[in-house]
Amino acid sequence: MQKVEPFLLSGNLAIAYAIKQLNVDVVSAYPITPQTTIIEKISEYVAKGELKANFMLVESEHSAISACLSAAASGARVFTSSSSQGLLLMHEILFITSALRLPVVMVVANRSVSAPINIWNDHGDIMPQRDTGWIQFFVESAQEAYDKVIQAYRIAEDHQVRLPIMINMDGIVLSHTYEPVYPLSDSEVASFSPWNLSLKRLDPDDFLTIGGFCYPDYYFETRYQSSKALEDSLPIISKVDKEFGKLSGRSYGLVSPFKCNDADTILVSMGSISTTIRATVKKLREKGEKVGMVSLRLFRPFPLNELIKSIKNAKAIGIIDRALSPGAVAGPLFTDVTSALYLSKMSIPAVNFFVGLGGRDVKIEDIENMFVNLKKIPTGKIKKHSYYVGLRG
Amino acid sequence: MPFKNLKEIIARQDFFSPGHGLCAGCGAAQIARIVMKIAGKDSIMVNATGCLEVSTTTYPWTAWKVPYIHVAFENAAAVASGIRAAYDALIMKKKLGKDVNVVVLAGDGGTADIGLQALSGAFERGDRITYICYDNEAYMNTGIQRSGATPYDAWTTTSPAGQKTLKKDLMGIAIAHRVKYAATATISYLLDAANKVEKALSISGPSFIHWLQPCTIGWRYDPKLTVKLSRLAVKTGLWPLYEHYDGINKLTVQVPKRTPVLEYLKLQGRFRHIMDNQEELAKIQSYADELAAKFGLGPVVE
Amino acid sequence: MGRLPKWNEMQEGFITKTLSESINKTGTWRTFKPIIDYSRCTKCGWCVIYCPEPCISFESSGDGKVVIDYDFCKGCGICAEECPIKCIDMVMEE
Ligand SMILES: Cc1ncc(C[n+]2csc(CCOP(=O)(O)OP(=O)(O)O)c2C)c(N)n1
Ligand code: SF4
Ligand code: SF4
Ligand code: SF4
Ligand SMILES: [Mg+2]
Repeated sequence: MQKVEPFLLSGNLAIAYAIKQLNVDVVSAYPITPQTTIIEKISEYVAKGELKANFMLVESEHSAISACLSAAASGARVFTSSSSQGLLLMHEILFITSALRLPVVMVVANRSVSAPINIWNDHGDIMPQRDTGWIQFFVESAQEAYDKVIQAYRIAEDHQVRLPIMINMDGIVLSHTYEPVYPLSDSEVASFSPWNLSLKRLDPDDFLTIGGFCYPDYYFETRYQSSKALEDSLPIISKVDKEFGKLSGRSYGLVSPFKCNDADTILVSMGSISTTIRATVKKLREKGEKVGMVSLRLFRPFPLNELIKSIKNAKAIGIIDRALSPGAVAGPLFTDVTSALYLSKMSIPAVNFFVGLGGRDVKIEDIENMFVNLKKIPTGKIKKHSYYVGLRG
Repeated sequence: MPFKNLKEIIARQDFFSPGHGLCAGCGAAQIARIVMKIAGKDSIMVNATGCLEVSTTTYPWTAWKVPYIHVAFENAAAVASGIRAAYDALIMKKKLGKDVNVVVLAGDGGTADIGLQALSGAFERGDRITYICYDNEAYMNTGIQRSGATPYDAWTTTSPAGQKTLKKDLMGIAIAHRVKYAATATISYLLDAANKVEKALSISGPSFIHWLQPCTIGWRYDPKLTVKLSRLAVKTGLWPLYEHYDGINKLTVQVPKRTPVLEYLKLQGRFRHIMDNQEELAKIQSYADELAAKFGLGPVVE
Repeated sequence: MGRLPKWNEMQEGFITKTLSESINKTGTWRTFKPIIDYSRCTKCGWCVIYCPEPCISFESSGDGKVVIDYDFCKGCGICAEECPIKCIDMVMEE
């Protein structure tokens, strides 16, 4: 590998740069904070002729995702991005994109949902999209966002996968913070994720009908098929990540455990908060505390085995949710992780920490406190299973 | 070259297959067939959710002998724009050689109501698509509920006492977006319609056709009358056939002598409740008179 | 049609290529059957163009008469109604 100088880029700009290198054909998106600077930058690349693409200025996110879907069906490599209300407006079409097996790639700069209107980060926008059948990544840095976008096209366009991919990147925290990003060369990107026309479906020389109507005798099989494809994409996601590692020296895994082997208490998280947790674990380890953490790099398909492997020796687990799931048994990630434990016949006690809603800061002390509470669980002194960290009252 | 007679149209290859599930006598089938005869092989068909979509693409079969896509109810225009954008980009990048016609067939609900925003976006961007609204004047697929295109006084399941507003002027909406070509059509004047489709396809930006389609179930009439009703809609002046090209409106089918609206209304069960109501009948007649004055149609001749 | 396909026997992405004309014979819907009186038919073609299925065509061989494909005719009666010389009769199906 050639030695390259890093660029100083925000998460959004790193993504735009990857999109340019990926030689995307159609971009369709609608402005919403904190995603907007991605599409502004892409517009600039297109205007300067640095990216030969059709940039569609649509009148809503609903149309943006609809146009990406049909452009992908026409054989184009497509990109869109959104956040919060925009992502919610796309909701209906997300299910259709995966059922029709179209390789749309979208970056979500995660942001809270209204009301009240708030532009800061949490995972309230993405959690309602859990069941839409998309592959869903969570990244922890601008570098990872850049790398994942390049991996995403390779995965989505793999003939065995043919599924849309959402890359979740915490809004503001990652989307707008500048950090050094090591890019690949244009030719490395082109050879790692080459575009292929064989994905084209709307072709007058080989006509077919996409997306019609069916009675109950075919519906179940159709939905199962795309759900199974999502499940089966897991090894391909792993393989692409490993190959990317060979090319760039960076690979991420499906989950990233840190100090889990001998840890008594472990925090499970997704996204940028994982960086703070990792720092806290380091600090507590220096004091001799047997703590650990694991972050999920991949959320759908859920990396059940990989996650269980890293938490199986813990005495207590804390699961961090950055979104509420009102009226449910617990938060979205908690529900997934505890189901994974149940299916693995493990009954490790677990508690749910709700944190950082609407951009509320989560400090190292908050995380230290979580570990303090986790430590008390095996003593039987903890009766609650949900904590609303930082909530007044 | 415009079509001069019926035989020229009949001679065109069919890309719409029999065996579809549209009702016996459904006017939407005639529209689909004629549109595809004119648009031909190198075309991509986009449908909005509605009668035409569910009844022509019932898995495992399809009635379409061209590439076809349906995504949802309110986004047909955006779906068409995405195809246009993809083909334009791939041709620009020399990844593809051959271009296509992108044609939408969407119902009145999918056009005048829930799909209006996406359509406005496509018009405003100037995307080269041909958008055809097949207007059966209600939400037929879900069982005859009113739409923004339901005519005054028409019964539907959600306007049981008759619709109390006038049909949305979709042509006016299209023209206000400065589309280069917009036209009305109906199935009883097929030569006129075929020529309009041909012209619409030749336009370099968006083109729009508002195509009146009698619906046997929703309008409550004997299926054999589909073409006759479509003809009466024109003869009464309720459906003027005109086109808008480069800023100018032109009547394409002259109506020197108009038939009274009653002749049209009395054949349809959806107007039965006003058959003895002279006041309401007079209102509809005066609406036809207004249209006649606007488009230069002749007087009513009993 | 025999046994229905298993989930992994269906093409991915809810796609189909099978034409309705090959498997969906809508002629069974019919109550009245259109019968053309060939002695009067002028081969004007109105019935051909107005049939919504479409299932009336000019025969490519022989003398090019108009023929109805009863496999698909739903018996709507439009052809009979629109025939300018009224040479199509709608008769009750047996
Ligand atoms: C978002 C959404 N809302 C409602 C529906 C239900 N729906 C399906 S088709 C339809 C009516 C279609 O009416 P129109 O566009 O006039 O077509 P037609 O069925 O009359 O041909 C409705 C309400 C839907 N599919 N999607
Ligand atoms: S309900 Fe009306 S529009 Fe729908 S298939 Fe029947 S006749 Fe056609
Ligand atoms: S419309 Fe009548 S006269 Fe004309 S071709 Fe058909 S059957 Fe013959
Ligand atoms: S009755 Fe209707 S379906 Fe049958 S041939 Fe005549 S027009 Fe076609
Ligand atoms: Mg309708």
